[in-house]
Amino acid sequence: MEADRTRVAGDESFPEEACLSAPRLQIASGKVVMSGEWTLAALLPELRQLQDELAAGDRADLPWDLSAVERLDSAAAVLLWRTWNDRWPAELSVSDTCRHALERVAAVPAGAGSGKEAGHGLIERIGYLVLGGIDNGRGLVSLYGQMLLDLWHLVRHPSEMPWKEVAANIYKSGALALPVTGLVGFLIGVTISYLSALQLRSVGADLFIINILGISIIRELGPVLVAVLVAGRSGSAMTAQIGVMRVTEEIDALSAMGISRSVRVILPKLLALTVVMPLLVLWASAIALIGGMLSAMVQLDISPIYFFENLQRAVPVANLVIGLSKGLVFGFIIAWVACHFGLRVKPNTESLSANTTTSVVTAITLVILVDAVFAIATRDMGIPQL
Amino acid sequence: MSGTDQQAVVEMHGLSTRIGGRLVHRDLELRVERGQVVGLVGGSGSGKTTLLRQILGLLKPAAGSVRLFGQDLGAAPQGSQTAILRRLGMLFQGGALFSALPVFDNIAFPLRELKRLDADWIRRLVYLKLELVEMEAAHGRLMPAELSGGMVKRVALARALALEPELLLLDEPTAGLDPDRSRSFVKLLGQLQGELGLTVIMVTHDPETLAGLATHIAVLADQHIVKFGTTEEVMAGDHPFLAGFKDADKSRLL
Repeated sequence: MEADRTRVAGDESFPEEACLSAPRLQIASGKVVMSGEWTLAALLPELRQLQDELAAGDRADLPWDLSAVERLDSAAAVLLWRTWNDRWPAELSVSDTCRHALERVAAVPAGAGSGKEAGHGLIERIGYLVLGGIDNGRGLVSLYGQMLLDLWHLVRHPSEMPWKEVAANIYKSGALALPVTGLVGFLIGVTISYLSALQLRSVGADLFIINILGISIIRELGPVLVAVLVAGRSGSAMTAQIGVMRVTEEIDALSAMGISRSVRVILPKLLALTVVMPLLVLWASAIALIGGMLSAMVQLDISPIYFFENLQRAVPVANLVIGLSKGLVFGFIIAWVACHFGLRVKPNTESLSANTTTSVVTAITLVILVDAVFAIATRDMGIPQL
Repeated sequence: MSGTDQQAVVEMHGLSTRIGGRLVHRDLELRVERGQVVGLVGGSGSGKTTLLRQILGLLKPAAGSVRLFGQDLGAAPQGSQTAILRRLGMLFQGGALFSALPVFDNIAFPLRELKRLDADWIRRLVYLKLELVEMEAAHGRLMPAELSGGMVKRVALARALALEPELLLLDEPTAGLDPDRSRSFVKLLGQLQGELGLTVIMVTHDPETLAGLATHIAVLADQHIVKFGTTEEVMAGDHPFLAGFKDADKSRLL
């Protein structure tokens, strides 16, 4: 069998360190004599001592004898070349192979590329920040514009609608988010109900728990809570996915096949999250109300049936409309920001992590900003007159 | 240097590799001695890269042993593992450059990790290595993403050479290089090998690299090394895989 040709080794293990003869430096009769292995591995154990020996006195002008050097690698050659102040010593005896190593070092221009980029001053940094902001704004606007163009294109060519991708995104960012949004919603409902109950009981306004829970959860807490969760969950995933697709040139591969990246990759995410967020808000708010209802039953002896009946009176439908529209807008914002930062990822790991972070932070900040705008714009709606 | 001292740099004995239930290597035997330049050839998917990963200790053998410089990497304590790994350089197929670091820092990285060399020494060494792989000093500031495929390869080689390794593992070193660069790469490696007594194990599909550099050829097929010997010996044989290689060689000569 041909495999027999490979020699099978025995168990003998050779002491590797012994075969490395240590680098030595001696001064004999006005001559520097080097011997042994001058390689990085051999140098390291006695590096300090050797460096001191090399640096001691002005030895660059002495004759150097390297003929006893067994091996000289580039790390050692650089060390020598530095000792010689970047020029050949007056007298040098050296083997041809070692001379090659030294010649290579000599060929490198001494000041090669030492200039580092100067740091930026404060004003420059502020300038870059502003420019970065403008750039981001422009990117977001053009992404929005592209989405409108794509939608118009799909209206005229309905067969190109990426249904499969939309469905997949709805499943990923909607169905799979149900457990976590439900759990968080439930706990928040219980907590708010519990804390409010403590206060309300002391002033004898037990029944207002229904108004407080109803309005605060449906109108405010539900949408914002879900938005924060979804931004952290789906927003970051979208940015990372698009980012990695850019890093691995998958986006370019799509374009090369004549498939629009915005229709196939971006649009499904925008549509899916916009559609799915109101549903998530509805789900999380409902669970939060159930949590609050249970807590109210335990704390204030308000029966679920009473709670439910009074909820309809205490919370006008306008609040639900406001809550769900918030969900719609927040969902769009999260996907919009996530896609924008995903497309900005440069092909390196640092940029991927930075953009994912920025995406989540920007999405949450924008959501809260828009929430404030909502609060002002809808201040006359849905508050029951007592 | 080859042949005079019979020290095995890499020694694989009865090696089996299993990846996801599939047996990639079975009872594989290979012994590479100091100073040998071994060309590892074999069809696509025959487990050449996997074999390199075994040598690096990135994969655990299902059976058998891999010894590097006479020591079993898996059994060695952490400290000596690092010491062993510092004695080898690996050129990954895709370069595997750190994408967040510019070229200069990529090459300087293993040198800085030693924590013993001063900044000036590192700087000179990095520019030396860049020069070695025919890159300009100005390229040091570029990010890996800004490099062409061939440049990535050369930077990766410069990084693999940074620690002056005794053993160099090359995965497709000349793939993606133009013929000129590929030839000068072969020349460079031959020169380094002669000066430093490097041991090289390279996976390659390029007959020219193989003919110009390899002292030995190992043919990997049917899950083990079916043929190992000096280049002339193996080329004189009649393994079907090599027939294709020789044809390519001939057509090049014509």
